[in-house]
Amino acid sequence: MKSVFTTTGIAISNLTVTYDRHPAVHHLSAVLKTGSLTALIGPNGAGKTTLLETIAGLRTPNEGCISLQGFCTDDIGYLPQQSQIDRSFPMTVRDLVASGFWQSLGPFAQMTKAYQQTITAALAQVGLDGFEKRMINSLSGGQFQRLLFARLIAQDSPVLLLDEPFNAIDAKTAAELLLLIDHWHDEKRTIVIVTHDVELARQRFPNSMLLARELIASGHSREVLTTENLERAKQMCESFDEHSALCLRGVA
Amino acid sequence: MIIDILWGPFLEFGFMRRALVGCIAISVSATPVGMFMILRRMSLTGDAMAHAILPGTAIAYLFTGLSLGAMTLGGLVAGLVVAMAAGLVARRTQLREDTSLAAFYLISLALGVMLLSVRGNNIDLFHVLFGNILALNNPSLFLLASIASVSILLLAIILRSLILECVDPAFLRSVSRTSPIAHYGFLVLMVINLVAGFHALGTLMAVGIMILPGAAAKFWARSLQGMLGLGVLLSISGSYLGLLLSYYYDLPAGPAIILFLGTVYVMSVFFGSESGLLSRRIYRRHLAG
Repeated sequence: MKSVFTTTGIAISNLTVTYDRHPAVHHLSAVLKTGSLTALIGPNGAGKTTLLETIAGLRTPNEGCISLQGFCTDDIGYLPQQSQIDRSFPMTVRDLVASGFWQSLGPFAQMTKAYQQTITAALAQVGLDGFEKRMINSLSGGQFQRLLFARLIAQDSPVLLLDEPFNAIDAKTAAELLLLIDHWHDEKRTIVIVTHDVELARQRFPNSMLLARELIASGHSREVLTTENLERAKQMCESFDEHSALCLRGVA
Repeated sequence: MIIDILWGPFLEFGFMRRALVGCIAISVSATPVGMFMILRRMSLTGDAMAHAILPGTAIAYLFTGLSLGAMTLGGLVAGLVVAMAAGLVARRTQLREDTSLAAFYLISLALGVMLLSVRGNNIDLFHVLFGNILALNNPSLFLLASIASVSILLLAIILRSLILECVDPAFLRSVSRTSPIAHYGFLVLMVINLVAGFHALGTLMAVGIMILPGAAAKFWARSLQGMLGLGVLLSISGSYLGLLLSYYYDLPAGPAIILFLGTVYVMSVFFGSESGLLSRRIYRRHLAG
């Protein structure tokens, strides 16, 4: 039997997500195909993080929906912004990577030896060999970002959502983590990365989605990230209206 | 004999034994909860909650007199209502959490004291605020032990979710639905332990036994396990020595315990091996790598 879907991936249809009735994401429709590597680009307040959080299931859409075609919610690996994580909590590096096993272990099950080996291998892959017993509060920003990538490796999800993974880290770490992302792309994982860095997206990510609460453009990075499109996105984001009228789109 | 000095009062007097057992029960259950309150930066939340319990117990007291069951129930209901309301306010509105808690704290304390003074006298008020650990009867002791058991069980159930909820709540919500269970389960833990502590030490002191041992332990231990273990140990030994001091020098027992734990805390601030004020002054050669 043929699939009822023409393509598999993440289908976003007419999505609106609001804060205090102001839309952060506004009537957005797009498809993120399976195996694609997409940069979510946009000015501050463009709704990049909100969109990512909605895909990850952290926010409920006010209108429209996101449907996962060929995936389920357990297939999503999410890397939050570092600022959302309490790095002062007394936790070992090993335990933080182990939280990536949540989908298979749940809140109670014991880790077997195979899991321990996965942790060791994941840490080695991000250049944190022998860090298992270190406390997370002793890591630098770059080391901590490597640690979060190790957790993603442990989680082994077909869909990866990364929120500003290259913010405030050194160039060497960023370069190494980018290689890891390339590797995941080769493995045909579906990857979405929120970033401010237009130049990076042009050079390293095949696809881009340009947001300014609404979708400005989506497709091949070089075609999307043109000067005109970026200028349009900037202008649309600056025009925040405190006393905005009701949105009547889609209302007959 | 030194044994007589250290153990004699407990051999001789039943009320001393009951006080010690009550303190151990509270130490084992409330101190770990307090440790998480510290790590979640909710120490003052606990203080506000302790005051939120007051009007509930006061209302129960007005209607039933000094009835153990009714006052416990009143405290639990009032505490849970405020906990849920504060949680909702923090999650759903723009009001800063500290502001809304300060409001709750003041309203509740005023309401509780007002209600108590309508019918009670100063001795009742003193009992509610500072407890009376030397007058623990068997039903109270049984209640403390039950609350402690339930609390430890609940903490064990939510532990993994709670830790991840503290460290990386967004990630937890992306992989599981247990985030609200951890959040509200923890509020329930706070309330039942405050109610338990209230019976032994009174509302003002209950927070002390939750926060002080944990705050001190944080200056000595590096891992969560170490902090929890040391916190409980400090809490039990502080209770024991506090009771002993109060016996020999005829001091009120609740404040003696809290002041003893407070002294341990202040010492830890200075001498603690983990970022204690003086530990930085002691020259230890750095490692090679």
